[in-house]
Amino acid sequence: MPVVPINKKIACFHCGEDCPDVGVNIGEKYFCCRGCKTVYELLSDNGLIDYYSQEKLPGLKIGWAATNKFAYLENDEIKSKIVDFSDGKTGRLTLHLPQIHCSACIWLLENIQKLHPGVTQSRVNFLKKEATIIYDEASISLRQLVELLTSIGYEPRIALDNIQPRGKDNRKKILYLRLGTAGFAFANIMLFSLPKYLDSQGMISENLERFFGYLNIFLAIPVILFSAYPYFSSAYHGLKQKYINMDVPISLGIIILFFRSLYEILSQTGIGYMDSFTGLVFFLLIGKIFQQKTYDALSFDRDYTSYFPISILKIENRTETPIPLHRLEPGDIIAVRNQELIPADSALVSESASIDYSFVTGESEPVTVKKGDIVFAGGKQSGPIITLEVVKKVSQSYITQLWNDIGFEKPKQPSLTSYANRFSKYFTFGVISIALATVIYWLVVDPALAFNAATAVLIVACPCALALSTPFTLGTAQRILGRHKLFIKNSDIIERMAGINHIVFDKTGTLTKSKGTNVSFENGLLSDDQKVIVKSLVRHSTHPLSRKIYNYLENVEISEVDQFSETSGKGLSGFINGQEILIGSQKWVTGQQLALENNDLSTRVFIKIDDRLIGFFKIRTEYREGLNQVIDKLKDHNHFSVLSGDNEFEKPRLEKIFTDSTEYIFNQSPQDKLKYIKNLNNEHHVLMLGDGLNDAGALLTADVGIAISEDTASFTPASDAILDASQFNQLDKFLTFSKRSVNIILISFVISILYNTVGLWFAVQAQLSPLVAAILMPLSSVSVVIFTTLATRFTGKKLGL
Amino acid sequence: MSIILLLIGASLFVAVCFLLAFFWAVRNGQYDDTYTPSVRMLFDDEVDNK
Repeated sequence: MPVVPINKKIACFHCGEDCPDVGVNIGEKYFCCRGCKTVYELLSDNGLIDYYSQEKLPGLKIGWAATNKFAYLENDEIKSKIVDFSDGKTGRLTLHLPQIHCSACIWLLENIQKLHPGVTQSRVNFLKKEATIIYDEASISLRQLVELLTSIGYEPRIALDNIQPRGKDNRKKILYLRLGTAGFAFANIMLFSLPKYLDSQGMISENLERFFGYLNIFLAIPVILFSAYPYFSSAYHGLKQKYINMDVPISLGIIILFFRSLYEILSQTGIGYMDSFTGLVFFLLIGKIFQQKTYDALSFDRDYTSYFPISILKIENRTETPIPLHRLEPGDIIAVRNQELIPADSALVSESASIDYSFVTGESEPVTVKKGDIVFAGGKQSGPIITLEVVKKVSQSYITQLWNDIGFEKPKQPSLTSYANRFSKYFTFGVISIALATVIYWLVVDPALAFNAATAVLIVACPCALALSTPFTLGTAQRILGRHKLFIKNSDIIERMAGINHIVFDKTGTLTKSKGTNVSFENGLLSDDQKVIVKSLVRHSTHPLSRKIYNYLENVEISEVDQFSETSGKGLSGFINGQEILIGSQKWVTGQQLALENNDLSTRVFIKIDDRLIGFFKIRTEYREGLNQVIDKLKDHNHFSVLSGDNEFEKPRLEKIFTDSTEYIFNQSPQDKLKYIKNLNNEHHVLMLGDGLNDAGALLTADVGIAISEDTASFTPASDAILDASQFNQLDKFLTFSKRSVNIILISFVISILYNTVGLWFAVQAQLSPLVAAILMPLSSVSVVIFTTLATRFTGKKLGL
Repeated sequence: MSIILLLIGASLFVAVCFLLAFFWAVRNGQYDDTYTPSVRMLFDDEVDNK
């Protein structure tokens, strides 16, 4: 096959990517792969060639989907969950197609009836990236429909356990209806009130005046019953829980306006304030809709940028490749190592396994499962590497839920959020008292202004800024941190990070790199057989030293291991072909501890086969890049400690990196580390950095526990955050960023208080009409939200995040 | 001047009809997606060359 000459780049006609060669083509049109060519042929055969004139290079490169991938869609139970409507003849379903990205996508997807006559109609919602398809169930099945979409590049993302509740759409609709009613009434009442406003000489007959008045009442009734209902309902529910929320003063204001106007019209003492009343409700509802849209736009719904990208080892064609969690499909075969988390509900393919469900159920007794049994997501497996077949797709939110849930509730320190909550309670109470005081004052001085002032007070005061600023700031911060590979369990952690003044580092795997270091074998060479034996044993362990040895022994085969066992801090053992293998620390493997002659700064891993000492691996410890700079930047505000399970030989090297006041403690067992942190907790705010393997307890006890991870799935629920090892040198920036985010929240508190003070000042003096107050209120909450979000993003940018 | 009663009545009636039409439009789902129709209307109609 002729290769494309170097100086000439050919772009695929369909998707625009570079073509590696000129082999795949139709006439003068070249394609990068058979997939793109197939889609092109499909489109041109069915008269859809206009697809390419909608946009430039609209095509998407598709991967080859396994043909059995969508077999589960033939299952009736699953079908009923996905499909909106089905009566045997016509079916209707809405699919989420994240690949929708341009107008050509809309065009193509709305024309798929040309690709298969079974499709009756299809409609795309671009912003939601959804397509609603109506199809004839007799001509095309659900599975075929999904496969059809996949073949043109739009593979639907089907998540069985988090289907969007349909109620969300209905709530939006009703809000629009309420708004429409209020607006309608507002406009007409204003028109009908105009004659009286313009009638300075009293020329309108009394009858007409009364007529207009009754008309106003008639129009205002649906407003108070229908449009204003959400405020009443929210206030009522709050009061039932003995909790005064912000809708209480608003409801009071609305009720006062309405009934006062009603009284005035019926008793003919005035024309009432129905126009203000309906206008108030109208603007309040606009504010509500606008707030909702702003929240949706800024919403930090945790997409894959803020979730920890757990990667799973997928076994395909006898090779193991890591894939991210969300690409796991039912039917995939995966491998789970010792101490790793089961990522999704699966059936056991290996003979047996021992699973610890303490993260899910709290039970720490491991459960033994046999081949064919179902193993549930969240369980931790101990023992040799096991193979599983995925049965149910898991949503990332489930794993994060686990992360947040069982057994890992730290004692709640007073956080900003709870301050905000208490403040808003007192705030509302205070506002009502001020309103009462205002009414009483004005009734005495100038009754006409009295309740105008009171309503203004009730409406202008807005504690919503307090409730909003914390989640928005922290949510934005969390997203920014997630983009830089610091994945946080929940946004409260950021508050805690801001208060840190003491950092504890675990040594192995945290300060030292796990990957890419110097590994050499001493005392001779390993024979090929011995290499196989070593590699087979270390394969089951996720200890950094095991991984290093595993990676070092490239192109070596693996054989089966019996009775694998790993002793934390000591070593591994197992049987291969009847031979007993021991791999681990010198003391554990040989029973003796020779005098240290390591002035070459390395760790030794000893190998023993059938009681014969073969030799040891010398693994030179390399410290992470940027460690010096990070410590340098952090030392002004923090104390340091280094804990290690190793012995002291690294101390001289560490002393050069850290400060004089740093504490170094060696030969620590996991319990020792935990005790150390507990002691520290009494006087300091502690951040612990570990690799999550043998310091889980310590991570849990510290105020903030961050697990450093290279690219594995050794996920530690005990940590509050997971930091990708490549971003270790940004640690100082992350801590500074969290401090500044907390500052932003405090600033927004101050802004909100200022705003309220000014607003109340004018309202109390009856210089603020309720209408203006109604406009100011949503304005203030939206401005706080925008301010905090932008300020957080700006702060991030300034720090280089 | 009492003709104004009839006039107001009639105009209110028409206005209410429009309100009801709005209600119908919202419930019919016309406000669910306000973006895609703006793209959709720019597509060319089928030119039947076959």
